[in-house]
Amino acid sequence: MKTFINAFRFMADNPHLLLTKTGEHLELSGAALGIALVLALPIGLWLGHLHRGLFVAASVSNVGRALPSLVLIAFGLTILGVGFWNNTAALVVLAIPPILTNAYFAIDTVDRDAVEAARGMGMTGRQVLLQVELPLGLPFVLAGIRIAAIFVIATATIAAVAGGGGLGQIIVNQASYGLSGVVAASLWVSALAFLAAFILSVIRRAASPRPVPLP
Amino acid sequence: MIVAGGPVIPNFGTGSSCEVNNGWFCTDWVRQHWGDTLQPALFQHIELAAIAIGIGFVIAFALALVGFRFRLVDPPIGIVSDFLYTIPSLALFQILVPFTGISLLTVEIALVSYTLLILYRNMIEGLRAVPEEVVDAARGSGFTRAQTFRRVELPLALPAILTGLRVATVSTISIATIAPFVIAKGLGQPIYAALSQDIFKTEIFTAGGMVIALALVADGLLVLLQRSLTPWVRA
Repeated sequence: MKTFINAFRFMADNPHLLLTKTGEHLELSGAALGIALVLALPIGLWLGHLHRGLFVAASVSNVGRALPSLVLIAFGLTILGVGFWNNTAALVVLAIPPILTNAYFAIDTVDRDAVEAARGMGMTGRQVLLQVELPLGLPFVLAGIRIAAIFVIATATIAAVAGGGGLGQIIVNQASYGLSGVVAASLWVSALAFLAAFILSVIRRAASPRPVPLP
Repeated sequence: MIVAGGPVIPNFGTGSSCEVNNGWFCTDWVRQHWGDTLQPALFQHIELAAIAIGIGFVIAFALALVGFRFRLVDPPIGIVSDFLYTIPSLALFQILVPFTGISLLTVEIALVSYTLLILYRNMIEGLRAVPEEVVDAARGSGFTRAQTFRRVELPLALPAILTGLRVATVSTISIATIAPFVIAKGLGQPIYAALSQDIFKTEIFTAGGMVIALALVADGLLVLLQRSLTPWVRA
């Protein structure tokens, strides 16, 4: 218990250090999540729209789960060398599977009747996707992004062993910061993950389709 | 032996030129260190994961029984397991250290926590998805509540439970790679060592490849188990 009291004392004593590391952590996580979204979201949505590529979506998620974060970080470091991009690349690879798979299944499982109705009204494929399928599948798409965000924030912590900045630098450096510093940074990064998960849950709830009240 | 001017590669023995120059993949290193480094790490990794999955399965099953019978406790169990799942693994290890020390227990508590959400969710959803008519029919033909559960609800929920087991197994094998941040065990250990020693490529690729292979093999074995236990489900 004493360690925890000291951990909170550490937070009070080093607000600047923690904020700087949080900034780095968010920069790394945000960049990776952004790139993964740009790469995976359109592919997932489009494959779901075509109801094709079930095999691709399922294998991406299976293989993605089997890729351990430390291994990805280590591979990134070995292949790309030390820098910002080795870790970003590893995190992107980690974030793609949940985003792609959820986007695929979100669109694939949208009520076929609604899609047929939209087509019957003369909507083009693109309009059907953007105006019917995407709004209906949005909660599930966002659930995938939430999982990816949790993964990315957790793994950005491990990136510290490969020269990445962020809160992990404090966690893996007990020699300099002591156990109280390590625990403080651990609690801090957990809070960051909760905050991200919470924000995405709120967005997801707001995006869920609600039945329109009858007049 | 330290080669003057060249990269310092401790614990890699006398070393061939490939090892001294840190080449992309040195087969002779793998052959030499399979027995003293890689194989023990592989067995430790399997042990770490197996203990966690075994204990996690028992706890999740007990929780699922309670959550299924008493719907009121289902949301809190779900929230707590979701909460645990959100904590970054490296952070959870360190938060546990003040309580359980630098020990196997610390690692296992963390690994078990991560299996709970996946296993519990799949068990509950599998049990909930059993059609009410089937349960009514069983009760109507004189099955007791316990019999209905054991002989109707449980077999029908089995595919979902086994799917949860697959996902939990693969992710536990993956997360167990972080164990060396607490104790020197598992396939994460050679990776961690290679990272701190001039990024020795061969060791990183071999151990990393072994973790991925282990996860895929375990997944494949569970698919076979799934096929033999639930032959009526077409995968």
